[in-house]
Amino acid sequence: MIVLGTQSARYSGEIPVFERRAVRASTDPYRPEALRKREAFLVNGDSVPEGFGWYIFVNRPVTAVNAPTIELPSDFDFLADGDVLRLTPTKNSLRVLFRRNASVNSFLLTERCNNFCLMCSQPPRNVNDGWIVDEILEALPLIDTDVPEIMFSGGEPTLLGSRFLDLVRACKSYLPRTALHILSNGRSFSDPAFAKSLGDIGHHDIMVGIPVYSDLAHVHDYVVQADGAYDETIRGILNLKQTGVPVEIRIVMHKQTVPRLSALAEFLTRNLLFVEHVALMGLEMTGFTKANLGDLWVDPADYAEELKRAVGILDRAKIKTSIYNSQLCLIDRSIWRFARRSISDWKQEYMPECQSCAVMDQCGGFFSSAELKYSSHIQPIPC
Amino acid sequence: MSKFQALERYENSLKSGYRLLPFRFTQLSGDDYVLSNLVGEFVVLKRSVLNDFSKGCLLPHDPAFEELKSKHFLIDDDSSVVVDLLALKLRTKLAPLANFTALHLFVTTLRCDHSCPYCQVSRANDDRQEFDMSEETALKSIDLAFRSPSQVLKFEFQGGESLLNLNLIRFIIEEVKRRNAEQRRDIQFVIATNLALLSDEAIELARQHDVLISTSLDGPEELHNRNRPRPGNDSYKRTIEGIQRVRRELGRDRVGALMTTTAASLSLVRGIIDEYIAQDFRGIFLRPLSPYGFAIKTKFYQAYDQSKWLEFYFEGLDYIIDLNLKGFGFTEYYAAMVLRKMLTPFQPGYVDLLSPSGAGVAAVVYNYDGDVYASDESRMLAEMGDKRFCIGNVHSNTYEEIFLNDTLLEALESSFAASVPMCSWCAFEPYCGADPVFHHATQSDFVGKKPLSAFCNRNMSVFKGLIERMNSRPEVREIFERWAYM
Repeated sequence: MIVLGTQSARYSGEIPVFERRAVRASTDPYRPEALRKREAFLVNGDSVPEGFGWYIFVNRPVTAVNAPTIELPSDFDFLADGDVLRLTPTKNSLRVLFRRNASVNSFLLTERCNNFCLMCSQPPRNVNDGWIVDEILEALPLIDTDVPEIMFSGGEPTLLGSRFLDLVRACKSYLPRTALHILSNGRSFSDPAFAKSLGDIGHHDIMVGIPVYSDLAHVHDYVVQADGAYDETIRGILNLKQTGVPVEIRIVMHKQTVPRLSALAEFLTRNLLFVEHVALMGLEMTGFTKANLGDLWVDPADYAEELKRAVGILDRAKIKTSIYNSQLCLIDRSIWRFARRSISDWKQEYMPECQSCAVMDQCGGFFSSAELKYSSHIQPIPC
Repeated sequence: MSKFQALERYENSLKSGYRLLPFRFTQLSGDDYVLSNLVGEFVVLKRSVLNDFSKGCLLPHDPAFEELKSKHFLIDDDSSVVVDLLALKLRTKLAPLANFTALHLFVTTLRCDHSCPYCQVSRANDDRQEFDMSEETALKSIDLAFRSPSQVLKFEFQGGESLLNLNLIRFIIEEVKRRNAEQRRDIQFVIATNLALLSDEAIELARQHDVLISTSLDGPEELHNRNRPRPGNDSYKRTIEGIQRVRRELGRDRVGALMTTTAASLSLVRGIIDEYIAQDFRGIFLRPLSPYGFAIKTKFYQAYDQSKWLEFYFEGLDYIIDLNLKGFGFTEYYAAMVLRKMLTPFQPGYVDLLSPSGAGVAAVVYNYDGDVYASDESRMLAEMGDKRFCIGNVHSNTYEEIFLNDTLLEALESSFAASVPMCSWCAFEPYCGADPVFHHATQSDFVGKKPLSAFCNRNMSVFKGLIERMNSRPEVREIFERWAYM
């Protein structure tokens, strides 16, 4: 488990006066001196090059240097060259904004949301968190330009309105070779002008991932707990298509969505065939899911047939399809090729049953939260 | 008290009831009815359920209700975006119309080395040049082709045996390419040939200009040679050698083959399909015989009736389905084209199944003598003495005169299936086409009486047959989905 923030960073030395600041971490002793002043050096040996703006000591004694120092507990062993950190010396706080070595870096843009999904893994809070945008705007220019992909999530990122568009513009400007994946419920894009302003930015590699939970409006509205959401989401998807922004459909599989999964797949092929990708995702046992477990839990073994049908319909229609957060022993062998190892490396775990499994290294495994509840059909695949 | 609301809270249809969206229905067999909506989505229901649905008394939790709602046959207070989706799908289906004419057929000569009794155009089996298209005629025809707004232009060379006038084919290809250097359209060339006279020069020309070869293969050697006589009785051997040579020198996907069905074919559908498999084709177009040209004159057309052809077709289709179920991918192209209409949002451009009719719109024929025909069938009709669908001549008429020809416009308008008696209420209308040329040829009327129409009878049977097969067997539906999205 990786800890991304701490309230017990120990700052010492002559601390410049500011509330918080984003800095890039470096491990490179040969970093050009012109850049050192605005970066933090991760001390990892005896040689401590001069001239960096900050020196970070993770789980090691602080040695005397000619600049402010930050001492961190061993939780931060993972820090690496190119990471971007937020420093808040007045509160002894430090937070990792960006991890260079993570497969995907996700930025939470806001905790506010206009949906209230039964299985939300990041329950929304109605708070004034506009400062987050400023922080990300500050961090984006510090990210190395060879990063393949970053993600915007929430809450609902588009509730930020023009500030959301500012962030997309910043990604286009500062990360001209990096893909931008935005997780949104799509409702804001039911306003054609808003959709068009996103398209008009002309980002080089953008995709908006939008959930559609049912082919029937009322089932979708129930899952997201918002009357009229379905119509706004569908209109949003159509408007994005109109303005040339690629869309991905994301479907969480649970008791409310599984019974009509193949009907939904057919609906997508008839109505939204233009989408770039469909992701069928296993349930994560976190956030609201725990409160609504009775209305959501269905053993994946019990929907394996329906999942196979749905994947077949999408695949034959040549829609690129993936299965996320699922274990290989619970899905039909004929659709293994659609299963991705999607769970972030630090969240991914396996069960005792898995230890003798021949395909464990190909299997996505479990979210660590799955300990709460997982299929009673987990079994090792023999060689 | 939970902060989450129950499902019923969002289910407005429980209170509001529902309203019907436009749909048509037709009996399949017995108690089974097929319903189709504006864009060809379909549902199969029992008569009593259809009855309940149309009276407005189907209940929201009925599985039929959910299917009808999902496929946009009804609207209720839960959602209004249904109408936007239907409109979008309808626009997608109709969008190809705006491209107007993409397929331009050039009859380079009427001369032919074969003397097939079913040949659908007259042949001149001698060396006289009077049946060859001239360069002047070709130039005027190219002028017209480039007037088409279509971004894709397909030039197909036909005969007679098109290769007997290879120099003109080369002339046309070079001229088209010269003009296209500025126009920058997507240009494709196809040579329709029996391959018996395939020369080094023809291969070189095809290689140089990426020309696709389309040939005729009627089935096993005995049937093929019987159908397609030529001096030496070696048509099969020459065709097969030609196919292999094209594959070897131009690429395995550079040659396609079409078969013609005759009375002699009717009992041999498996043999015909096996021949296509043996020749490494991955599909076959089981074609009906059209009523034009020599086919009628020689009584071939009457030699077997519609039901015999349907037996032939479905025996072949079921044989092919069986091959697929056993894991060998092979396609029946007529079914694939109809299934694309049934199972996808797309509208295939197959000329014979378009409404408004594809005549003069999707394709146009420039005959060797400069006469312009609304379709290949129109040219065949003219060779029989009926020039009704000759819509002009490249030397004496302008583009506007030809494509706004009164006969053409009247035929297109009056035969538009959505407004024709019996078609307008037929559940298969979204899959079918208008064929004013066929109905003029057989009933002297652009519309025709549908109960007497072989076109209607044949296609209705094919549509029903396809729906029944995929509805009763999910594994067949999977195969059909693959064909539809090819």
